[in-house]
Amino acid sequence: MASLQMAALLSAPSTPVASDRVRVGSLRLAARNGSALVVRSEAKVSGGVSARGANLITHAVAEKAAAASSTDSKPGHELLLFEALREGLDEEMERDPTVCVMGEDVGHYGGSYKVTKGLATKYGDLRVLDTPIAENSFTGMGIGSAMTGLRPVVEGMNMGFLLLAYNQISNNCGMLHYTSGGQFKIPIVIRGPGGVGRQLGAEHSQRLESYFQSIPGLQMVACSTPYNAKGLMKAAIRSENPVVLFEHVLLYNLKERIPDEEYVLSLEEAEKVRPGEHVTILTYSRMRYHVMQAAKTLVNKGYDPEVIDIRSLKPFDLYTIGNSIKKTHRVLIVEECMRTGGIGASLRSAIIDNFWDYLDAPILCLSSQDVPTPYAGTLENWTVVQPEQIVAAVEQLCK
Amino acid sequence: MVSLYYIKCFLIRITKGPRKFLNKIKAIHSDGSSHAVALLTSPSFSPPPLLYPLHFLLSLLLQNLSNSFPFSTSLAPLSLYLEFVPMAAFSAVKIPPPQFTTVRSSSQRPGSSPFQSVHSSSAFNSISFGSAKSVRSRPLFAVSSDVVSSDKTKAASSSASIPAVTREVALELYEDMVLGRAFEDMCAQMYYRGKMFGFVHLYNGQEAVSTGFIKLLNQSDKVVSTYRDHVHALSKGVPSREVMAELFGKATGCCRGQGGSMHMFSAAHNLLGGFAFIGEGIPVATGAAFSAKYHHEVLKQSKPEGLDVTLAFFGDGTCNNGQFFECLNMAQLWKLPIIFVVENNLWAIGMSHLRATSDPEIWKKGPAFGMPGVHVDGMDVLKVREVAQEAIARARRGEGPTLVECETYRFRGHSLADPDELRKPDEKAHYASRDPIVALKKYIIEHGLASESELKSIDKKIDDVVEDAVEFADSSPLPPRSQLLENVFADPKGFGIGPDGKYRCEDPLFTQGTAQV
Repeated sequence: MASLQMAALLSAPSTPVASDRVRVGSLRLAARNGSALVVRSEAKVSGGVSARGANLITHAVAEKAAAASSTDSKPGHELLLFEALREGLDEEMERDPTVCVMGEDVGHYGGSYKVTKGLATKYGDLRVLDTPIAENSFTGMGIGSAMTGLRPVVEGMNMGFLLLAYNQISNNCGMLHYTSGGQFKIPIVIRGPGGVGRQLGAEHSQRLESYFQSIPGLQMVACSTPYNAKGLMKAAIRSENPVVLFEHVLLYNLKERIPDEEYVLSLEEAEKVRPGEHVTILTYSRMRYHVMQAAKTLVNKGYDPEVIDIRSLKPFDLYTIGNSIKKTHRVLIVEECMRTGGIGASLRSAIIDNFWDYLDAPILCLSSQDVPTPYAGTLENWTVVQPEQIVAAVEQLCK
Repeated sequence: MVSLYYIKCFLIRITKGPRKFLNKIKAIHSDGSSHAVALLTSPSFSPPPLLYPLHFLLSLLLQNLSNSFPFSTSLAPLSLYLEFVPMAAFSAVKIPPPQFTTVRSSSQRPGSSPFQSVHSSSAFNSISFGSAKSVRSRPLFAVSSDVVSSDKTKAASSSASIPAVTREVALELYEDMVLGRAFEDMCAQMYYRGKMFGFVHLYNGQEAVSTGFIKLLNQSDKVVSTYRDHVHALSKGVPSREVMAELFGKATGCCRGQGGSMHMFSAAHNLLGGFAFIGEGIPVATGAAFSAKYHHEVLKQSKPEGLDVTLAFFGDGTCNNGQFFECLNMAQLWKLPIIFVVENNLWAIGMSHLRATSDPEIWKKGPAFGMPGVHVDGMDVLKVREVAQEAIARARRGEGPTLVECETYRFRGHSLADPDELRKPDEKAHYASRDPIVALKKYIIEHGLASESELKSIDKKIDDVVEDAVEFADSSPLPPRSQLLENVFADPKGFGIGPDGKYRCEDPLFTQGTAQV
């Protein structure tokens, strides 16, 4: 099963597939490419080999017949990650007039990271709403409008600011569908940049995924490439559940070629970045790039790591993760969260619960230190996981 | 009172107190911001030690004298809020009450909405700061003022004049308030019999606010409430059977038993909750109002009657919360069709509004944000209804939000677990004499809108409705295990993909409620 899937992922079928399957994009590193941070991918479809097959309740995914997949020169268009987010947002706003954006400086300013640039001119001030600085209240406003027929996308200028909105996110976003007995749905998307940047200081370098993960009723995804950023943005907007989309401050300028045709990714699936045999490395967001950098070193040393970008922080895609563990029997988790109570901690316990018998070594988890992120560059580098540590951890695992 | 002041000055003079002491008295008095008793008792005023006994005795004398002054309900509110503060020398540290500046004239208020005229009426202009009546420790009464404009003064409460409402409306209002009261009384009974648990907050005494506002709404208008939401639900149209079943935690409740007393929701009746945390519902209400505006302006789904209005109900304690102010700002900024209804019952559990708020007059906070702020007697359903009519019409026309402060009172404790020891009996008696249901009944009979027997038959009918609700709730089934996981996500794929590759919600154990998720 696993090898079939791998084969499907590695191959690039040129025939169009049945349109009722969920498209899962995957990407292949251009091997031996000079710069580690530029990722190339080809448009791929993996249709019928999905093991989940027929009994999936397929999402409403608009798909055109893959007529363009047979072009031989590079298909698609190149853009940066923030432009991919904007493209996804723009397409969804075009398609559904109830989609609106609210946040600080999203309108006339175009977004502090330019994700919403130009949208206010195109859609008007009410659809791209510049809010006053009142996170708790405008998040609550987003929830109230979601309950009454709109599909808001609430932007936190920095994810850390959403701590002010925790009351609304926990009590109303997460719980309201349940406490109302299913009467009201909250199709809201809460998004914003988080993570450790370049010397932004402790409060602008927070990783909120660990705080939000306990909230029942909430889904969390983290994007890491322009391809999955656009796909996840569209999926999050189309989802009936409240979704928190974690972006990363340092990844906004990643460039990639993405398909021209419309695609929506699954919110619950993980992405296999690099197939391998020796060790499974689970990661997400920016740490993916540290892992890939370490992977080059490891390959030179003779190791063959399998790298999976888990993408879905809540819930975990235990199928993809499990298949990988069943193959390699060794797990390393690399994350940017704090050590205590982070995503890695939850992932570790989920793996132990489900795949204990397949493990040949203890699960190693590399996370950031439980330290408020210092301003000084050297100290900041030491709080997050660096590629050298990843290499050392793999070597230790594979002894 | 003034004569006592001069006696004091005379006594001071003959005891040859220090010159600066005399100058201090003169300075304070010429300022006009306090008068004899406040002067004597202000903590910043420290007489020379020689005069301590005299000072103390005089203060006691003044205290007892002002005890006998009758309380007037028609004066402006400001002076009533000054509490008697014992002098610092003889007491432990006390926090001084808020000192008020004089009311600005109406010309300084923004806008030209009809509501601005309300508080520039005679009630306010007759404040005299020299009045000596106000300062002793008196029961903490809130303001009661007529809200109608000048040509309709006292219309609602005077007899032998044209009734403000038709017979049908009067009976509808009466029935709604009686339903609210009877339902809440039954809740208390059922709670003490062990049929419902947790925190139950009853609305007895405040029915006029709920009925006065909600009975003017259309089906598509929204109501957002707090934990004291049973009667809001009933007024909005949620059947009492469903509310009672929800309180009992049964599967037939309006939220399938998953919400409880503090989380009443009804999509069919546009009741957007039921929120347990203070202030939490106000942003949600602002969002619903935003949605109404969006539907009109962006989606072009306009209605002939105007925008859908949202009512946000909350209490006096909430008015010190950040979410309240943030939403006042946003609502006025975008002229959202929302009405912020403050049910000022003076107490937030055991915290008196006056002890918690620097400026206890909540209606004033409206004009601070540019919207009309209205104060109304929340024990009189007809007055509330009149204010509500205007506010709702404004919102429908797209003129923006209104802040309405309803002076009201809850006859019972904060919740059924509250021993309610801090509120004074005379305060409770004062408001019990202003029971909204009794007042409306009197009004109906005096104006000949209905007979006593008709009203009694309504009482009986409501008793039957409530009995039926209890029976229905009693006989309803408890939620089964299978209900446990159903409503966590609107799209249950949110539980993710299990190790076997299937979505967890496809696991057969999921529908049984025993799946591992």
